[in-house]
Amino acid sequence: MSEETEAKKPAAGKRKLQLDESLLGYKGVWVFVEHERGAIHPVSLELLGEGRKLADMLGVELAGVVMGQPGDTTRSFCHEAFFHGADLCYLVEDPLLTDYRNEPYTKGLTDLVNKYQPEILLLGATTLGRDLAGSVATTLKTGLTADCTELNVDLEARSLLATRPTFGGSLLCTIQTLNYRPQMATVRPRVMAMPERDATRSGRIVEDKLGMVESSIITKVLEFIPDEMQDKPQLPFADIIVSGGRGMKKPENFKLIWDLANVLGAEVGATRPVVQAGWLDLERQVGQSGKTVRPKLYIAAGISGAIQHRVGMDASDVIIAINNDPNAPIFDFAHYGIVGNAMTILPALTEAFKAHLATARKAG
Amino acid sequence: MHIVVCIKQVPDSAQIRVHPVTNTIMRQGVPAIVNPYDLYALEEALRLKDQYGGRVTVLTMGPPMAEAALRKAISYGADDAVLVTDRVFAGSDTLATSYALASAISQISKDMPVDLVFTGKQTIDGDTAQVGPGVAKRLDMQLLTYVSKVRSLDTENDEIVVERRSEGGVQVLKTSTPCLITVLEGNNEMRFATMANMFRASRYPVKIWNKDEAGIEDVTKTGLKGSPTVVSKVFAPTPRAVKAEIIQCESNEPGDLSVTLLAKMFNKHPKLEKEIAKRAV
Ligand SMILES: Cc1cc2nc3c(=O)[nH]c(=O)nc-3n(C[C@H](O)[C@H](O)[C@H](O)COP(=O)(O)OP(=O)(O)OC[C@H]3O[C@@H](n4cnc5c(N)ncnc54)[C@H](O)[C@@H]3O)c2cc1C
Repeated sequence: MSEETEAKKPAAGKRKLQLDESLLGYKGVWVFVEHERGAIHPVSLELLGEGRKLADMLGVELAGVVMGQPGDTTRSFCHEAFFHGADLCYLVEDPLLTDYRNEPYTKGLTDLVNKYQPEILLLGATTLGRDLAGSVATTLKTGLTADCTELNVDLEARSLLATRPTFGGSLLCTIQTLNYRPQMATVRPRVMAMPERDATRSGRIVEDKLGMVESSIITKVLEFIPDEMQDKPQLPFADIIVSGGRGMKKPENFKLIWDLANVLGAEVGATRPVVQAGWLDLERQVGQSGKTVRPKLYIAAGISGAIQHRVGMDASDVIIAINNDPNAPIFDFAHYGIVGNAMTILPALTEAFKAHLATARKAG
Repeated sequence: MHIVVCIKQVPDSAQIRVHPVTNTIMRQGVPAIVNPYDLYALEEALRLKDQYGGRVTVLTMGPPMAEAALRKAISYGADDAVLVTDRVFAGSDTLATSYALASAISQISKDMPVDLVFTGKQTIDGDTAQVGPGVAKRLDMQLLTYVSKVRSLDTENDEIVVERRSEGGVQVLKTSTPCLITVLEGNNEMRFATMANMFRASRYPVKIWNKDEAGIEDVTKTGLKGSPTVVSKVFAPTPRAVKAEIIQCESNEPGDLSVTLLAKMFNKHPKLEKEIAKRAV
């Protein structure tokens, strides 16, 4: 990905689009299957769904890459990958891969790429995925496009078209990796839709060795302190989110947001200024530098709708905006708008939902 | 101890506008700032220096105007500053950028061996978070990303223990220096520039290195030539075809507006109504 996009005028036309002979052998789409403490990260399944589409367009196989400690779990991850679209899985099992560490994972993945030569390699833009992708791409000296929001292929050039926001999301750009393989990209969680799980699907497992010893690995894991799950908000997977922005004026007014959220069984979200002011936890920030969410219903109160907020919640099924400024940009992409003071609209909306749900439940 | 902090001058992305007709970025008048994430890295480096002594060198690759970002860093308390600037670097992607920075760091270490390289988590304009890992690989250094805290540093035995944010928790990692650390935001706050440092910054002679001074051995690894990725298209996001339906009713009272909204919405999205009824308490 370009760090200096503005200096790089679209140059694809001038560049050689033909692949070097030596790279023609690179075939197939790979998805790195990330997991932590016994579960696959959902972003990997989302990527398998997307990877399936790319593989079908190119007429090649889709492979999952599973690395981890030996045991049933890693094998079951391979099957999950099949259920979500993979034709085969590359599996590297080794006790050294128990915890994520950059060095052994970079070696394992780089070796696999060199041996089996995929044309496209996708990873989740998580802390693990970004750590690994940057290392693998540099080791392989190939191109990497971070945080893509859309993936496609140029069939003529057999090239991945990776689209991502640039400049804080005000612009989008499409990036290609010409004449280097594999073409690598990362995608943030929840950006791609989750594919249907089909438990009748199966595939083949190709096993490989890591070939490292602990004494050669410099970085040691001393301890892992898991996050406390109970009180950690899970915005990316919430079905309903009620968010407040700077227009809520003061932290006490967020009670109105919580009241509505409680009636709906919803999560509470916020814009960056609200988080920076310390009114809400960073985990609740929605947007480019926060979480990407795709709820069925997103209610935004006192939020202007800046592009950096928008990219994090644009995929919501239904968006309701409450803002006292009829020209606020949020009305350009919300589905329903109420122009008015959030402090009076929110309690009224809470009551309306309560009443409506009471009758709906009686009827249903 | 010697810490090199890689920083980048970026346009304040909150203030960037896109030309409505030509779709190009209008950079005129957009102030340039030090990438906000890099300030956390710089502050962390300064704290280690306060505690363990040593030197903090700030490094950037960019156009000549990026010198201002380095001067800012000096005013916060960095000791030295190096600007790597040359036409050959124009159009560098993350792979080419990591090559130039790694070369420069090797040059810097000739003066005084480098124990730690710090970078921010990512930039606000590129947003890739890939340059740090790239530099580490090129220098064959251990890589520790998303570090929220340096727990301890043992300068005798060249060991460092850090807390690293991972998806489901915090990893406590021990590794050997030299290593490269990308520092997570929010765990410290940039100190105020002292009068003395501001004065020093105004007169400090920033080292300005061209490709040769930066130790670039192979120019084909820099700039457009050294960049495997190519931007083939730049465009503004398409606005949604239909704008929000603004709810109105006769009284325009909050209560009536809310009832009208729900009626309209649930009429169009009956599934949503069922969904909410099922889960709400
Ligand atoms: C690199 C970068 C990353 C960023 N990442 C994010 C991110 O992840 N998430 C994010 O949200 N932002 C992010 N931002 C910030 C973003 O650009 C905006 O500044 C921010 O989203 C604005 O938040 P806001 O809507 O709460 O505040 P404002 O823009 O100040 O809007 C407040 C709104 O409230 C309305 N209002 C005022 N009073 C009332 C009232 N009584 N009733 C109803 N409405 C009222 C106003 O009309 C206004 O529209 C980022 C910025 C940068 C530069």
